Parts: sequence; structure tokens; C-alpha cells
Amino acid sequence: MDGMPSVPDRSNGPALSPETMKRAYKDMVLIRRFEEKAGQLYGMGLIGGFCHLYIGQEAVVVGIGLHMKQGDKSITSYRDHGQMLVAGMTARGVMAELTGRAGGYSRGKGGSMHMFSREKEFYGGHGIVGAQVSLGTGLAFANKYRGSDEVSIVYFGEGASAQGQVYESFNLAALHKLPCIYVIENNRYGMGTSIERATASKDLSRNGEPWGIPSRKVDGMDVFAVEQAAQEAMEHCRAGKGPFLLEMETYRYRGHSMSDPAKYRQRTEVEEMRRTRDPIENLKAEMLRAGITEDVLKDIETEVKATVADAVEFAQVSPEPDPSELWTDILVEA
Amino acid sequence: MASPILMPALSPTMTEGTIARWLRKVGERVQSGDVIAEIETDKATMEVEAVDDGILGQILVPEGTQNIAVNTPIAVLLDEGEDAASAGDFARSSAPANESPATSPVANASAVATAPPSIAVAEDRDWGETSEITVREALRDAMAAELRRDEDVFLIGEEVAQYQGAYKISQGLLDEFGEKRVIDTPITEHGFTGMAVGAALTGLKPIVEFMTMNFALQAVDHIINSAAKTLYMSGGQMGCPIVFRGPNGAAARVGAQHSQCFASWYAHIPGLKVVAPWSSADAKGLLRAAIRDPNPVIVLENEILYGQKFPCPVDEDFILPIGRAKIEREGKDVTLVAFSIMVGVALEAAEKLAEEGIDAEVINLRSIRPLDTETIVNSVKKTSRLVSVEEGWPVAGIGAEICMIATEHAFDWLDAPPARVCGLDVPLPYAANLEKLALPKPEWVVDAVRKQFRD
Repeated sequence: MDGMPSVPDRSNGPALSPETMKRAYKDMVLIRRFEEKAGQLYGMGLIGGFCHLYIGQEAVVVGIGLHMKQGDKSITSYRDHGQMLVAGMTARGVMAELTGRAGGYSRGKGGSMHMFSREKEFYGGHGIVGAQVSLGTGLAFANKYRGSDEVSIVYFGEGASAQGQVYESFNLAALHKLPCIYVIENNRYGMGTSIERATASKDLSRNGEPWGIPSRKVDGMDVFAVEQAAQEAMEHCRAGKGPFLLEMETYRYRGHSMSDPAKYRQRTEVEEMRRTRDPIENLKAEMLRAGITEDVLKDIETEVKATVADAVEFAQVSPEPDPSELWTDILVEA
Repeated sequence: MASPILMPALSPTMTEGTIARWLRKVGERVQSGDVIAEIETDKATMEVEAVDDGILGQILVPEGTQNIAVNTPIAVLLDEGEDAASAGDFARSSAPANESPATSPVANASAVATAPPSIAVAEDRDWGETSEITVREALRDAMAAELRRDEDVFLIGEEVAQYQGAYKISQGLLDEFGEKRVIDTPITEHGFTGMAVGAALTGLKPIVEFMTMNFALQAVDHIINSAAKTLYMSGGQMGCPIVFRGPNGAAARVGAQHSQCFASWYAHIPGLKVVAPWSSADAKGLLRAAIRDPNPVIVLENEILYGQKFPCPVDEDFILPIGRAKIEREGKDVTLVAFSIMVGVALEAAEKLAEEGIDAEVINLRSIRPLDTETIVNSVKKTSRLVSVEEGWPVAGIGAEICMIATEHAFDWLDAPPARVCGLDVPLPYAANLEKLALPKPEWVVDAVRKQFRD
């Protein structure tokens, strides 16, 4: 079976329904194809500045998304396109923001790193590493203040886990029993610095221990494992028991940003991950094993391709923002 | 259908590059994500991945070719079953140039730079009967009134609840509003400020008390990058109704790290409002306005003023507009512009000047951002002389801004160069005599005014 994606043993875990697997597959393929297109448009000069792709990490956000309900809030750093799509933001609106057009979520004023949706409860899109952790703790604070059982999902990388405010936030969330799921997307490299060179902590999932924050270390390349962990964390938070920490062991295939040649890791390492651990291939194999046909998967892929093509088209025909937009949205009219 | 593979831009600044190596040969099948070539930019060698599945039909630019402009076709990708002939002549078709925007914002820069801030400001009015209260009481009353008025308002900070405030500003609030709405935090400015900003992004209205504004330096990233910019970056979707307040400037012999004015720091930031009350009425009226404002507002208080008494309207609805200065003393010979504790210094100076027959007008700015340009300019047109007075440092300070406003808008009315009185350009020393030497006093203002009449 050399060269085939490994299929995790599911004999003990609850299998997902065919419908749920199809949904997960569609979302993961959507992110993959969307990001590939974004890379292409960047190459064509249609997207500028910084652009950080999510390729390789799809299972994390999709697995967690399976347990999000209306009203749950999410927030992340600048590697954010996947989170937006899973939050239900349209591919058109996200892509048009990437190209800096009026049809983008921020009407072209945010760009790849700064998109938000009040409607979908997606709170950005933040460019300062670690800032989203205390902001996301505030989203959880608001949930509790309003007496809802909504949860705040806060994504950050293993690189951000070196920031002081992360631990200030852990303390505050534990102190106030805030419904906050901290998701460390450990993709092994904070830009060009490997985790071994960045932290003396051998196990990031234990970083919440001093505050008694329960946690799980999860195979973030396996959407089934992510989904199970997410369910446990969600139930914990919704029951009012305070924050939960999930360390997702994942991997990004691309460089940190578009201009990163990724010389800090061996090409064979990337190839090995893609060949044996790819989250989409793994899910696909599982679906085929469950009796879902190739045709069904093809249909999903075709649908996704059309969605992305439509977004790309929209992102190019949508006009640039009017110069008057310079002066709007600086302050809310009092 | 055959499609061209274009020379990609691989960094924010790349305009051209060199094809270092082709890793795939003509006729080979490639999948999306496969590395097909290496490109050298001015900074690094980068891998180029295929973005679509297909067959490499033609290589248009051989390896080793230098200075290939971004967007030049470098190869042709064929669909399954197509032959190279159907590829067409991509090499000759020039790459679509990036269209320049119909109207360049840069071209309009001079026009837009002077566009007036469209801030709707309610007028100040006569509020009738007053009583003498301290600035401390005024601030507490303002918070209590707004906490009563709006369930979404809460107070958070170090020692604000059980201790009743490090400077006793929140005296009694825990008793009335309970621990849900008056919240003690650990010593964790970065964390609790970020948390409060996050809560504000959902529509709650936090009042964040910094024990002193010096400690807000720990949290300044959230004030500037998170609170002030999110509305703009979200295309107007997500405002941040939050107040950051605390004592600012020098207190009394607390040394360099606890004695500094941050007015010009925050005044610099679009997306923030900044107020600096002097009297009890200022404190109560401006803090209430700050809490109701849908934007982040910095309230720069002053520890020495906390215990001072001033008349304050007793009307339960009393509130002041943000963005309006107050003429505390009318005069015709020189305009003194001050804020916070320096308003008192300017008024003292005005009394001394009156003894010399100079009739000074004293403007209490109340609001640093937006600045009440109209009141300043009208006054200067009347008096033809301007001296700004601030406790902060001179370089890029509020005084520099005030003097420039006079120069820009009232140059022809000026009889002397505008002048500024500032704290000395040194960290504030501890020694009693040295500290006294470093901070503006009425005599400095009098001297600055005298110079304006000497020439």
C-alpha cells in the first residue's frame, strides 16, 4: 500500500453520517481550491500585500465548524480565509476583499488579513500575532455577560503561543469561567522558526494547566479526530464549565506567506505530509470505504470549482472602492 | 481549454524575476500543487506550483532567462486530449497590464487631506443650577448615571470593585451595580484590555479603567490596532464603543515612569477620540458623552485634579459634547489654549497678565481629538496672539498642533509667532526641586506672552 494515504482506524470512534462527511468534504475542498486560486491571483498581481494560505490545515477549521451553531463566534489571526468560509461567509465576498474591491467584506479596506462579518459572527482577521486571543476571550466574556450558551472559538498558531497576552487571557477566561475554546493550530513553524526553536514547552496542549484549563492534543490532519475533540470542548463550554484548550497538530503546505520560500524545512518533509497525511485525501478514502461513490465526490468537486470560479470572476469585475471610501468608517457617527 | 501559465508575483514588491529551473518537462501531466519551476527574485529562490491540473504543453520561456516581467506567459497548460497546436500563440499576446484605478486617490491627496472631519457635535447649553463637587465625585457620578441608563455598560479594571478604586473614583459602584458590572481584574492590562475590546466589538460598552495611563502602555496595541482600526478595516461593520480612562500626566513626585502626558500619542490616531477634562463639569459631562459615544474614547484624567472642587450642573441629564472647547475667560489681547490641569495654570497666568494690563482669553480645549479648530481660530483672529500651554513634552506635542492650526488658518491675523509652553524635554525627576523646575507654571506662560508683545 506504499504511496496510499493512510486510513485511520475508526473501529472505536463514532462514524460521521454520510451527509456530515459530504459537508466536511465540500468545505475542505472549497478551502483548498479557494486558496489555490488566491495563490494564482496573487501571482497575477490581482492580490497584493500579505497573503497567508490555509492549504494543509483544512481539517482543523472544518472539523470544529461541524459543531458550531448559530451565534457561536470565531476569531483568528491573518491566516484567515478558511475560517471565513467555514463561518459561512461567501467565497465571492472574501475573494473580492483579497483583490481589494468594493464587493469585498470590508469594501476593499481590509484585505486578506482583515475581514469581518457581523452577520456570521466572524470577528477577524487580525494582523498582530496573539491579539486575537484576548479579543476572542472578550467575545466569550460577552456571551457570558448576555447569559447565552454561545461559544467563542479562538484560533492561534503555536507561534502566537509564545505571546504573553495568551496566558493573561487563559487566566482571565479560567477566572471568569468564560465559554472559550482556544484552538492552537500547531503547524510546526511560526514563519521560519520551528517549534523546537520557539518554545521550551514540550506539549502545548498542557499550556493551560496552571489555570486548570482542560485540553486535548488532536491529530489536526484528521477531520474525524478534530470533530470528536470539538464536540467535547463545545459541550464543556456550553455547560458553563469555562474554557477548553485544543492543540491541533497540523501542517501548512505553503510558505508562511506568498513571499516565503520556506527554506527552513526540507522539501521531502512537505512531500511526505502531503502524501501520507493529507486531510482531504484521508477523508476521501474514508468516504469511499463508507460506500459513497466517486461520482458523488466528483459532483462535490465540480460544484466547488464552480463556486470558486464564480468568486474569481466576481473579484475581478467588482469595481475598486470609490475614493470617497477613504473617509468613511473612521468613526461611527455619534 | 489551453491556458497560459503566467510569470507569478511571489512577493509584495516583485516586478520581475529569473526562471532558474523548469522541474517539469513538456508533455508531463501536472496536478494542482505540483512544483513546476523555480524562480529567482531579488530576495530568494521560490517554487512555482501548478494551480490547475493538465499537461505541460509548451515552455515559452527557457530556464536561465532573466528579467521576466510579472504576468508574462511562461508556459502553456493543456487539458487532457489537447495537443500543443491548440495552445495558440500565448507568447505573443502580451500580459494584461494591471489596470490603474480610474481615479487615483493619490492624485486627490491634497484635496482629501484637508477634508474636514464630519463630526456631529451637540451644542453646549446653559444647564442651570450647579453645586460644588470634586472631579472625583463627578467622574463617579458620570459612571453611575450611565451604568443605570444602559445595561450594556460595565466597568473593568484593577481595584475598581472591592477596593473602590485605586484613586476612589469607583466608590460605591460595586454596591449599586454588583460584580457582574463592576469587575476587578488581575494586574494584566494587555489581557483585560484586549478582552474588553473584544466584548465591545460585540456591542457591549466597557469602561476600562487604567490605574494610571502609564500602565495602558502595556495595552496600547489593543487601543490602537484593535479598538481604533477595526471599524475601518471591517468596512463599517464592527464599531468599538469603549472608554479607556485613568489619570494622565504628572502627579506628585512619583518619578519618570508614572508622570507623563499621553495626549499627543492618542491624538495622533484616526479612529480614536480623546478628551481631557479640567473641571468637575468637564469630567462629568465628557465622561458621560464618552460612554455613550459609539467609538473608542480616551479620557485623560489628572490625579491632582481629582480632589479639587468645581461647580457642576445638578441637572440629571447634564452632558457635554465631545469636540467643543470652552472659553473659560474672555479676553482681547492674547489667546491661551490649554487642557486638563494646565487650564488652571493658564487662568492664573491670565490674572497676572491682567495686572500688567494684558487681557488674556483662556480656552479650555476639553477635547483633544477632534480639536475645536473653530473656537481656536476665532479667538486668534480676535486677539492676534497665541500661546499654547501643556504639561507634556514639546516635540510633536499638542502645542505644535495648536500653533500650526493658528498658522494655517489665521496667519494674516497674527501679530507674533505662535508660542508654546510645555513641560521640559526630560523624563520627570523625583527630587522635589527638580520636578518643580520641569513642569509649566504660570510665570512661564506670562513670560511667553510678554515676549509676544516685546517685538
